[in-house]
Amino acid sequence: MDLRWTSDELAFRQEAREWLEANVPAEPLPSGDTAEGFALHLQWEKKLFADRWSVVSWPKQFGGREASIWKWLIFEEEYYRAGAPQRVTQNGIFLLAPTIFEFGTPEQQERILPRMAAGEDMWAQGWSEPGAGSDLAAISSRGVRDDANGGWRLSGQKTWTTRGAFSTHLFGLFRTDPEASRHRGLTYFLVPLDAPGVTVRGFDRLDGDEGFAEVFFDDVFVPDSDVLGGVNQGWSVAMATTGSERGLTLRSPGRFLHSSHQLVELAKSRPGQGRLNDRVVQSVIDARAYELFTLQQVTSIVAGRAVGAESSLNKLFWSELDIRLHETAMELLGEQAELDGPWSKGFLFSLAGPIYAGTNEIQRNIVAERVLGLPRK
Amino acid sequence: MRFEPGEDAAALREAAAALLSAQSTPAVIRAGWPGGSIDTVRGVWQRLAETGVVATLVPEANDGLGLDENCLVPLFEEIGRSGLPVPAVETIALAAPMLAAAGDSRLGGVLSGELLVAATLRGGDLVAFGQNADLVLLGDHHGGVLYDRKDLELEPLETIDGSRAVARVVSRRGGVPLGNAGAVSAAWQRGVLGTSALLCGLAGTMLDLTVGYVKTREQFGVPIGSFQAIKHHLASALLALQFARPAVAAAGWALAEGESSAVDDVSTAKVLASDAAKLVARTAIQCHGAIAYTTEYDLHLYAKRVWALAPSWGDAAWHRDQLAISLGLKEL
Repeated sequence: MDLRWTSDELAFRQEAREWLEANVPAEPLPSGDTAEGFALHLQWEKKLFADRWSVVSWPKQFGGREASIWKWLIFEEEYYRAGAPQRVTQNGIFLLAPTIFEFGTPEQQERILPRMAAGEDMWAQGWSEPGAGSDLAAISSRGVRDDANGGWRLSGQKTWTTRGAFSTHLFGLFRTDPEASRHRGLTYFLVPLDAPGVTVRGFDRLDGDEGFAEVFFDDVFVPDSDVLGGVNQGWSVAMATTGSERGLTLRSPGRFLHSSHQLVELAKSRPGQGRLNDRVVQSVIDARAYELFTLQQVTSIVAGRAVGAESSLNKLFWSELDIRLHETAMELLGEQAELDGPWSKGFLFSLAGPIYAGTNEIQRNIVAERVLGLPRK
Repeated sequence: MRFEPGEDAAALREAAAALLSAQSTPAVIRAGWPGGSIDTVRGVWQRLAETGVVATLVPEANDGLGLDENCLVPLFEEIGRSGLPVPAVETIALAAPMLAAAGDSRLGGVLSGELLVAATLRGGDLVAFGQNADLVLLGDHHGGVLYDRKDLELEPLETIDGSRAVARVVSRRGGVPLGNAGAVSAAWQRGVLGTSALLCGLAGTMLDLTVGYVKTREQFGVPIGSFQAIKHHLASALLALQFARPAVAAAGWALAEGESSAVDDVSTAKVLASDAAKLVARTAIQCHGAIAYTTEYDLHLYAKRVWALAPSWGDAAWHRDQLAISLGLKEL
């Protein structure tokens, strides 16, 4: 056991902290899940990129710093500590990019990654459909072969697409072999949202932001060069992304360490609410537990051991911790809890945590079946 | 940064696990209950001591292993897993290094496994394993005093976990000072740490028992482990345990390194381990159904130990309170 950072890592932390202190906007930006706020967040993303902070762990040729996973954790911690804006490019950088690094051709990597890092292209995730949520393999949007033009023609509908109305591109799964059984016969496509035949309709989320969209595909042509991984290999290609999404890369401990510190400050500003101390402390304990679990997990990753289904444990823990933490904040606020503000906004957003990236019911099935070894049927 | 046990800790775990998994059977736990043969329990303890683990914290100059609190965590997790009804934390983590520091000649008997030491460090009068330990360490904020059991008048008490052999100290005479205020306070931290690790081990055993059971127990023509209701209960139980274990390991590291956060880290560990073990116990009983509500089936042996250890060494609420003070949420 050695829970100390190296001097090199401490120097990196210091550099990140200084840059963030000098550059994070003094006033919080409006939500990045609104049209106005999204534009402001994009300016922030470009600023991050200009000083090589947008994708610290990526290779230098794509705009990164080749930072280790330990340094990435440090950057995340400093990022949240500084109260920096939400990452509206998150779905590209944290969900699609790991898949492109693993499955993309050199041409795809060169073409897609630098523009993603620079905030030029914004990627939305196109998985859910009206009839395929938790049951992702029930996807019915389809791709039909167009040999004459060397590509595929996509038709169907995606929905609950986060920031779909503001994004320029979508990565998604489409059924390319209707004869194959559920998980087979899917292909992973990369689609520009300005392609002829694409219609995007934004709609409001529960928290009032226009953060969702439904995306309709009407005979949309996609060239072979925009297939990621092999044809009909989409399921296994996509599963590489779900590991990232559920686990570390979507929600690093820095986020919850910061929230729990803010909760303590909120509690101190409400001296009449001492009866809630136990729950405030529990949030601090839980955030610390998530941090330590993550350090253990990253040690495993660095040692070359696969994390696999255990990433479902991360997802269950952080999403449920986030709700408890925000519920406590709302009780601390008393009758002011109903007013718009960062805590009420955070509370509404926390409710989505156990739903997106695979519902917690599905995660518990995964833990039970693949970690504990219980029978599927 | 490297979050995994070092070689010494892994070796210690292996030595303890190999012996305990073979010898510390549920029958041995039952031998610790009233009417059982305590010599059976002591026999297993002696063989465990022969592996050297009792000397974990004793300096090499005193024939010890010269290891630190990092090594206590996997060791006590294994002892917890086995359910062996002995004051292992009190003997290994408290008494052995304190006797070594004091140059007390009874150290040899403790290291060889002949002498078991019970303890209470916060001025209380209830002593777990007080009915059959050889030595009893009674401590408070002034320091500790070590007694031969015969120097104490002890009243045996009946408890939920009959193998805990709890006694109330009615009166005392004699005794020798063992540890000043600082040493007793440091020993308390090691006791909390060790108990947290025991709780994780007990939880692991109950979870294993339950997973094994629900895979084979059939209702409606299928294993009950195929039902989502059961799966979700057990996933939640595993979740709590797997997030407690790193906190216990980190607390061991913090104590070993003398980190300024060590006291908070130990409290964090005890909260998570106590709550996780209680959740696992309740879940294990529920998922077993009626068989769990018998004493013939072994599950209760481990669950009852959890119900004894979770409230000992500061329950979760007490440790949360300590953290509230440390965070400035509450006055001392």
